[in-house]
Amino acid sequence: MSFLAYAVAAWLFLIGLYGVVTSRHLVHMVLCLGVVQASTYVLLLSIGYRTGAKAPIFADIPTSSRVVDPVVQALTLTDVVVEATVTALLLALVLQAQKRFGTVDPDEIGSLKG
Amino acid sequence: MNVLQAVVLVLVALAGATVVLTRVPLRQAVVTGVFGLLLAILFFVFQAPDVALSEIIVGGFVLPAIVLLALAKLREQAQSGAADE
Amino acid sequence: MTRRRRTALFLVAAVALGLLLVVALAGLPGVGHYHGVYGLGIQRIAVAQRKATDIVNSVTFDYRGVDTMGEEFILFTAAIGLAILLRELRGESRNSDEEEGGEEKGGEEDDEGDGSEGSAEPERRHRATSATLRVAGQALVGPLVVLGVYVVTHGQLTPGGGFQGGCILAAALFVVYLAGRYVAVARVRPLPLIEVAEALGAGGYAAIGIGGLISGSDFLFNFVPLGTSGNLLSGGTIAALSTVVGLEVAGAFSLVLSEFIDQRLLRGGGT
Repeated sequence: MSFLAYAVAAWLFLIGLYGVVTSRHLVHMVLCLGVVQASTYVLLLSIGYRTGAKAPIFADIPTSSRVVDPVVQALTLTDVVVEATVTALLLALVLQAQKRFGTVDPDEIGSLKG
Repeated sequence: MNVLQAVVLVLVALAGATVVLTRVPLRQAVVTGVFGLLLAILFFVFQAPDVALSEIIVGGFVLPAIVLLALAKLREQAQSGAADE
Repeated sequence: MTRRRRTALFLVAAVALGLLLVVALAGLPGVGHYHGVYGLGIQRIAVAQRKATDIVNSVTFDYRGVDTMGEEFILFTAAIGLAILLRELRGESRNSDEEEGGEEKGGEEDDEGDGSEGSAEPERRHRATSATLRVAGQALVGPLVVLGVYVVTHGQLTPGGGFQGGCILAAALFVVYLAGRYVAVARVRPLPLIEVAEALGAGGYAAIGIGGLISGSDFLFNFVPLGTSGNLLSGGTIAALSTVVGLEVAGAFSLVLSEFIDQRLLRGGGT
């Protein structure tokens, strides 16, 4: 049962990759990449989790209580915001690609040469 | 690991699969919003409120909005590209 | 190679990767049995050392401040890259568009925009936004801004901080657009102001770090008096860095959203 979190992280990674590989639309590909990113967040947070512990905010609980790991939360929270901007950048590239090649199908873009 | 966490984990896995298997980008944008909110609930249940806050705003609002705007522009470009020929 | 061959190759590789992942993840301590020395050490001493009750923000802005500076600069660079790409795109279309008549009148616009419309005609068709959306949008903007500022400034006490609050502030700007007031958006977000906010955010972080150097210690040293935990002015530079990051994130997301909005309204409100 405790392996479920890691299993979900691995599952999300693999299914996201499957989506990228078999995609027919560049925007679909970018959103599947977002699923792969989500798998890393799940993995990070499940590593830091402690059973029966509370959130690492000591505003109203005594300083000696048991809390989950704050370091992985710091990593994940900056990551969430930054990856959204990178996704926006990828979408701008998709717009450029459509302008240059006239299509958003990745298979066709690969075969337009010369 | 209690029942609530297990249930939300399974829901997140299903939602991830749904995002990938929805091929129409317009619908996929909305499904991504739902996936983001489910992720935020997961983070909350794993005792990470800061991360949940970020994910609610970013995954539930900003990302679908950007995708929808990009899709609208894509369609406009496609139509004007077809009209030019 | 054809699609089918590619998919077959991927499935083989995915099975191998899946097995590898399972073996690797099984070697980790089970979920719930966390043994990391760093985390356990920090939660013992963080409140006493930094007087900020939100440990996650202490870690983000103080114990691992250099990482956050790197992430902030990724945000900055991605937003600028996007602005360059989309402005070039707009520049080309605008040249070929100039004969088609004049200025954009923003006016009322359908909210999500691309669901049921479909005209490619060059003349503009303004669709009225529903009254509910307009009223709700205008009513929400004020509370959103207040909430955003609250979340940014209380980062060291409660869940929140620069990243979250900055996103809320950018969302407030976008709600103005959704409420159908493109003209208001054009007035509210003079582009120079967003760019100044972003630059101030990015540069301010480095400047506060250099302040640590000037005070005779390391880069990003917490050199401001720490105060007592639980007060608003606690945590020293954590509050200052959180505010600066809030500015940066709000500026970056506003820039991203407004670049996409300008794209959307290039031909003036029609599709």
